[in-house]
Amino acid sequence: MMKKTVNAMGDPCPIPVVKTRAAIRELNGAPGTVETLVDNEIAVQNLTKMAVQKGYGVSSQQLGKDQYRVTLSIAGGIPEEDEPEEIVCAPVPKRGNTVVAVSSSAMGTGNDELGAALMKAFLYALARQEEPPAAVLFYNGGAKLTCEGSVSLEDLKDLEARGTEILTCGTCLNFYGLTEKLRVGGVTNMYDIVEKLTGAGLVVRP
Amino acid sequence: MPEDIVFCKGGGCTAKLGAGVLSRVLSKLPKGPADPDLLVGYDSRDDAAVYRISDDTAVVQTLDFFPPMVDDPYTFGQIAACNALSDIYAMGGEVKTALNIVCFPEKWDLNVLGKILQGGAEKVIEAGGTLAGGHSIAGDGVLYGLSVMGTVRPDRALANNRGRPGDKLILTKKLGVGILCTANRVGEASPEGMAEAIASMTTLNKRAAEIAARYEVHACTDVTGFGLIGHLREMLDGKLSATVRWKQVPVIGEAKRHADEFLLTAAGQRNRNFAGDAVRFDSVPFAMEEILFDSQTSGGLLLAVSPDQARDLEAELRTAGMPAAVIGELLEKTEPEITIN
Repeated sequence: MMKKTVNAMGDPCPIPVVKTRAAIRELNGAPGTVETLVDNEIAVQNLTKMAVQKGYGVSSQQLGKDQYRVTLSIAGGIPEEDEPEEIVCAPVPKRGNTVVAVSSSAMGTGNDELGAALMKAFLYALARQEEPPAAVLFYNGGAKLTCEGSVSLEDLKDLEARGTEILTCGTCLNFYGLTEKLRVGGVTNMYDIVEKLTGAGLVVRP
Repeated sequence: MPEDIVFCKGGGCTAKLGAGVLSRVLSKLPKGPADPDLLVGYDSRDDAAVYRISDDTAVVQTLDFFPPMVDDPYTFGQIAACNALSDIYAMGGEVKTALNIVCFPEKWDLNVLGKILQGGAEKVIEAGGTLAGGHSIAGDGVLYGLSVMGTVRPDRALANNRGRPGDKLILTKKLGVGILCTANRVGEASPEGMAEAIASMTTLNKRAAEIAARYEVHACTDVTGFGLIGHLREMLDGKLSATVRWKQVPVIGEAKRHADEFLLTAAGQRNRNFAGDAVRFDSVPFAMEEILFDSQTSGGLLLAVSPDQARDLEAELRTAGMPAAVIGELLEKTEPEITIN
């Protein structure tokens, strides 16, 4: 059983949590305990919150004025990854976590006029699905669909009202000069797009 | 900046004293006789005062300052000023004059101070006000903010606690800037995420307030250090309850990831300790709970608006480019005080 001690006295939040998680990673999946010393009760609470979320055993004692010890028991088995990105990229696919990626204002290739009509019909039908998707991402030509003049604004607002995240790529809005014209949903970045696509249970590309 | 200058140690509204501690101290202060011309005072726990000086004019007086929450002094100046000016907008007022409040270490490069003040001055001008002077002292760390004076028609002054059951709640900016700044301090925030947080914090609430003034808004506050839940509780004032639909709450996407990595502030936990018992979470993800308690710097306005006008107000705010959303509603007082579902 490995035991590690972390001194986080004098460290403001979130440093005690950051140091403690680094020590847990050093256990490399072996069972062990990590004791963290902190100088305030709020840090104890933030460490406890982390432990509860992560399923670790946790207890804490006040050792003196402005001195607390938080003891975490880690069962071991699954090592904590070094990079949070790796956790993000390996989620358990959940039923219902559907992400729709719209990369063009037209659906399919062939005739663009037909493609635009198909996209309108697609979004109309999407907004009326019993189980709406978790998110709809708009990038490149797709960015025009969330902006002023789009025929699908009402459908997208309906989706948003039902809890679907409507997100448009900020770089794309900027490229097309549409930054001021976004009319539904929020702006997103590539990091978030990657996270959403890789974390999705199902990615739908019309 | 020279390397030995640690400009940002974790500031902004995350540096605020906890609401619990504060209310214990404030409740013991002596009170003079009530002045009928003081329309909004600290009894309602507002962070600004509204004082009637004639039948058609009241003065709004506010004060706000804090340590840096970003590394760039100019950006810090802009954010601190936006945050201070916001109190005037939360009262439905117009900005008239502002005075700088500065604490700055004597031995530091004065150009850093110059950048802070430049950022602040630009925002005062953008707000339509005049920077009329200020007061500076030498000290160990950096603090900057403004005392702002504005005016409002007494019958148009917005209190934070006059919402009515049935009113819809609208939030005009995304939550999560506190967590983003914290993640940035430990090198975890992406440049895009920080850019989004900074863009939000350097946006004045002026436009939001101007648009809201054309609607039947019963109560208004700006969401700052006590987080959305803390400021919503001030709005409820022990007389109302509220439900918030967490999926409707505008959030900086990246903040969820950092909250799941436990890059949490002490301020957020203090907010949870103060308000936690009054809130029931119905299957709300952990990260979202944290974001709802996250201490905001220069956050958006939280408006309680007549239900028949809420969608129109939301649409107009969005047309003006804000990520505004109807996030819930006020109810007759019930248990629990706040339900998040």
